[in-house]
Amino acid sequence: MTMLAHRTSPLWIAALVHRLSGIALAIFLPLHFLALGLAISGEARLEAFLRWSDQPLVKASEALLVGLLTVHMLGGLRLLALENLAWHRRQVWFALLAIAAAMLVAFAFLASVV
Amino acid sequence: MNVRLYVWQRLTAAAMAPLLLVHLAVIFYATRKGLSAADLLARTRGSVSWAGFYGVFVSAVAVHAAIGVRTVLSEWLPLRARHADVAAVLFGVLLAVLGFRAVAAVVLP
Repeated sequence: MTMLAHRTSPLWIAALVHRLSGIALAIFLPLHFLALGLAISGEARLEAFLRWSDQPLVKASEALLVGLLTVHMLGGLRLLALENLAWHRRQVWFALLAIAAAMLVAFAFLASVV
Repeated sequence: MNVRLYVWQRLTAAAMAPLLLVHLAVIFYATRKGLSAADLLARTRGSVSWAGFYGVFVSAVAVHAAIGVRTVLSEWLPLRARHADVAAVLFGVLLAVLGFRAVAAVVLP
């Protein structure tokens, strides 16, 4: 139990969120590139895909991906600051801020497309 | 992770931060009234600027993601270091090929 005590730390959770969002983005990216590559076969193929992506579930997934992208970027910036600047006692707040900002961006995206 | 990979991981992360901000702005701008292939391609086809921007983005993301995948594979799976290296390189090459193909698809006239 003591060995796992650190896993309740917000900074450990922030590191886990950074890793999981990175894995999700790594899975998504080839699919994203394949979708854009449809334009090679002509505008109509890309347009057909974009109309398919109008489905609510796809829009929700896109919002989730925008949130994951934002949280991974902010988490990465937090990591760069942590490694290159002096320790700041508000590191926990930066981590929470990154997650809150990512959720805000994801919901803003969802609101802008529905 | 060795020092060289660590430096590449951090350098590509720092390089991608401003690119990601622009990309997020583009996502919001392009999708605000519904995204159509005609609108998207009208802006990108023949654009040297978008080709350069997303060309750099794809290069950075292929390196960054490959190193990240290598770290996850070596830390979370019982893989030999050599196998994790090979998987990461293959993933990076796959991302670069698909990414440059996608850029070409939307910028070439």
